[in-house]
Amino acid sequence: MRAGALAHQRARVLPTLVLLVGALYCLVPVAWVLVASTKSSAELFSTFTFAPGTGLLDNLRDLFAYGDGRYLRWAANSALYAVAGSAASTLISTLAGYAMAKYEFRGRGLLFYAILAGVLVPGMTLAIPQYLIMSETNLVGSYWSVLLPSLISPFGIYLARVYALSSVPDATLEAARIDGASEYRIFGSIGLPMMLPGMVTIFMLQFVGIWNNFLLPYIMLSDESKFPITVGLYTLLAKGSSEPALYGIAIVGAAVSVVPLIALMLFLQRFWRMDLLSGGLKG
Amino acid sequence: MTGGPGGPGARRGARAPYLFVAPAVLLFVAFLAVPIGYAVYLSARGLRLTGGGVFGTREEVFVGLDNYVKTLTDPEFFAGFGRLALYGLISVPLTLGLALLFALLIDHAGSRARRFSRTAIFLPYAVPGVTASLLWGFMYLPSTSPFSYLTRELGLGEIPFLGAGGIYPSVANVAVWGGVGFNMIIIFTSLRGIPAELSDAARIDGASEWRIAWHVKIPLVTPALVLTGLFALIGTLQVYGEPTTLRPMTPEISQVWVPLMQIYRDAFLRDDLPLASAASVILAAGTLLVSVVLLKVTQRRASGGMG
Repeated sequence: MRAGALAHQRARVLPTLVLLVGALYCLVPVAWVLVASTKSSAELFSTFTFAPGTGLLDNLRDLFAYGDGRYLRWAANSALYAVAGSAASTLISTLAGYAMAKYEFRGRGLLFYAILAGVLVPGMTLAIPQYLIMSETNLVGSYWSVLLPSLISPFGIYLARVYALSSVPDATLEAARIDGASEYRIFGSIGLPMMLPGMVTIFMLQFVGIWNNFLLPYIMLSDESKFPITVGLYTLLAKGSSEPALYGIAIVGAAVSVVPLIALMLFLQRFWRMDLLSGGLKG
Repeated sequence: MTGGPGGPGARRGARAPYLFVAPAVLLFVAFLAVPIGYAVYLSARGLRLTGGGVFGTREEVFVGLDNYVKTLTDPEFFAGFGRLALYGLISVPLTLGLALLFALLIDHAGSRARRFSRTAIFLPYAVPGVTASLLWGFMYLPSTSPFSYLTRELGLGEIPFLGAGGIYPSVANVAVWGGVGFNMIIIFTSLRGIPAELSDAARIDGASEWRIAWHVKIPLVTPALVLTGLFALIGTLQVYGEPTTLRPMTPEISQVWVPLMQIYRDAFLRDDLPLASAASVILAAGTLLVSVVLLKVTQRRASGGMG
């Protein structure tokens, strides 16, 4: 009996231990940047890395003072690109996915294969051609040059189609048609509400995708006041190799940018419909 | 309503689906189809010296497949793919393996701290790749690394994270760190879709948890594994931000470390857009090909295994 209980105990301890090691691995860099952001630049390179420093307030002041408040500008830009881009892209994807799932129309098959190919072609390899198009139309360097390409998300359309197929019953739509509702009204008052949970997931995937994007804004923008945080932090780091004070600003900047996003993620976690992703391949 | 083929098909609202897909189609054409077409066109162009002598001018002319030949015979481009392959050989199996392991453990009723671990492991998904590279970069840099601090205190010297031997695992680690959580959640969601009776039946038959995981659970989450594998593969081929961010910290990462970095250099530092376009087309076509092959092979194997 005792031996059995012991074995049982061990069966619990090992999986828990492995999970905790994984959690630690994922938390250490975040903990590091939070601690490092409290250090003065002298402390940064001298004290033990996990020992808190005394320079948090000075660092924050330096960060927000850098380049006349450039950091806040970057944060606002990131928010603009991510919120506006993912909201518009979610709506566009939902409309297209709904139509492809619920209507027979000419070109539907072609469109489906085009979308599928779009999912498989990595967006980044398109960055150079997109830059060329933008420079032909004189949009390079503007907010639009980053916003417009992020509005089209083949994967979002694909997921919206999968979700519409599984969650919007044809019978309900047919009943509304018999009642004389127009197709636009049917979408607005039946299709759209039914697709909301799927839309939240598409929105969040797009949001993180745009927020994390680096190459597209890096290529399109040259004016620092239009940079998102990713490109801004990179320029700090690139300059930092010759000007070490910027390392400190980059670290505080990274810490400040990580905190709200993690909070948002923790809050939104419960709304994720990840089964949409794992089921997507069967659809 | 007007026009359209007669009969019952030409009903009211027949235009609705076209209007619904119109924004997506317009954007698809403008930012995917046209750029690809333009890149293909441009890749067949090139600057050539015409006229000869001191009065010769550089002129853009049609050069056919020259840029493709130049790209495909460029040892540096292939070396970039080689480095990418080495990086991918470390990051992809580790990401997927750890994601599967954590997903199984979180699904396993015997584990404790499941909620906490799930959240903690998912957390890095919220951290942009560039920021993640910055964090890890400082954790690699000898003067700020906590790991090198410990080994120094122990008299073992510094760990050469950013040296010649450490650079591949170090860059791959940034990708693993950022990717494990997201993939774990996809696999975990798929695991939860498995009816509990299947595992229970195996347990009554005396199967150990590992045997249940291996013979019952893993085969049933294969579609999720294929999906995560595909994402990891596409993600690997377009690696750019991580090595670019780490570059100021180490001489080991050259300007053309991976193919996209070389494409960037050709396009923006050398102003050779045709050559960069040709390389972009090759990279995109290659990715498409690899993805389709992966999907076909796994689909055949999955249906062959089940049927």
